[in-house]
Amino acid sequence: MNDLNWLLFFEPIVEGETIVWWEMLISGLMWTMALSFSAGIIAFSVGSLMGIFRTTTSKGLVLIGNIYVEFFRNIPLIVQFFIWYFVIPEIFPSVKAWSIEQDPTVVQFIAAVLCLGLFTAARMAEQVKSGILALPRGQRYAGYALGFTQPQTYRYILLPMAYRIIVPPMTSEAMNLFKNSSVALTIGLTELTFRTREMGEVTFAFMEAYIAATVLYVIVAMSVNRVMAYVERKTSVPGFIAGGK
Amino acid sequence: MALDYSAVGESLPYLMKGLQYTIQLTVVACLGGIFFGTLLALARLSSIKPLQFAAAGYVNLMRSVPLILVIFWFYFLVPVIVQSVTGAERPPQIGADRSAYITFIMFEAAFFCEIMRAGIQSIPRGQVGAAYALGLNYGQSMRLIILPQAFRNMLPVLLTQTIILFQDTSLVYVLSVTDFLGAASKIAQRDSRLVEMYTFVAVVYLAICFSLSMLVKALQRKTQIIR
Repeated sequence: MNDLNWLLFFEPIVEGETIVWWEMLISGLMWTMALSFSAGIIAFSVGSLMGIFRTTTSKGLVLIGNIYVEFFRNIPLIVQFFIWYFVIPEIFPSVKAWSIEQDPTVVQFIAAVLCLGLFTAARMAEQVKSGILALPRGQRYAGYALGFTQPQTYRYILLPMAYRIIVPPMTSEAMNLFKNSSVALTIGLTELTFRTREMGEVTFAFMEAYIAATVLYVIVAMSVNRVMAYVERKTSVPGFIAGGK
Repeated sequence: MALDYSAVGESLPYLMKGLQYTIQLTVVACLGGIFFGTLLALARLSSIKPLQFAAAGYVNLMRSVPLILVIFWFYFLVPVIVQSVTGAERPPQIGADRSAYITFIMFEAAFFCEIMRAGIQSIPRGQVGAAYALGLNYGQSMRLIILPQAFRNMLPVLLTQTIILFQDTSLVYVLSVTDFLGAASKIAQRDSRLVEMYTFVAVVYLAICFSLSMLVKALQRKTQIIR
């Protein structure tokens, strides 16, 4: 336990290679970030849409939103990864034909972004819905009374306030998104946890590899937390409890 | 593409054994997690500073790293720890299926800790005062007065977390454990029936988790009236 060899990070991954281990881990971290940011964009847009659907007056839209959330929330993420990566190409021959011509990394990345994005969107939809429902009913009626249509009421009255209310739960969702991106290793995407396991298995320096990865993940989690705290401060509305002065 | 679900039917006993492992792992991790989580929550709320910091540090660390990384950590650490405790010459062979139990208990403890902490903090301070006034000591007042109420208030949240845990146990796949998903993926690769197997797994998880979450919702409506 007490003979940790930290210099290992500066040794090449294979004899004669120029790439050293810390570069491998950082490249893994870059994939983790790229995956999380891309999935985050999908999660935010689809999640907002579904969350809004669930609070509208249209029964059909509410049903679509509810089905979406229940569907994506009640299947384990790893199973969803397998569905996107193994099952979808089999069901749609054109997707399969396309994927065979591509670099496998590209296919893995696209599958991972779609999977993680739509999975997180279901959780995002829950937050958006609760944010909108947290507003007094009078706000919506005020919008209609001013002659706004339903989309206008959402755009100018409900959403600006609802998004501000849900910044704190969105912070933990953003952190979850980063953590969940590690599941992409099961379809072979070379993100941080993949590279960490690889380093452990090749060099037998499990301790060093896992400690490094843990430190990297903690740094990422804390940065996400700080960024969201900044967003919360910047968007706070004066006069509300959360708004401060 | 021709779908052939007969592979599912033929391997049903094997799949059920996998599902049984998944359920066992969930139940053990849930009970163990609630036990250690409650202890952690008490530590976080205690007046002893080092205890507070240690518990908070553990919980925050567990909550900021991915579960898969934690699974790898424990898989590799548990034999080393057992060796140092028992003083054996070489690390004992602990199967991935057994190390998974320890991993999930320790990981879930961090999440149950936060739930129980919220539960304990939701109890009016007067209750603690009343318990002490009756002559109960710390252990008694916690065990007889505070924790039962905290537990009941948090029951829906604890159950929701357990449904998440049930889904998360599928990640033991990365250690090639034969849980429900592991069993299905082994059959899928043997018979090259990936589409049938993975859709079957998805449908079963969906059915179980959806009905459980409906139950939790019903329970939530019921417990709300008590207060």
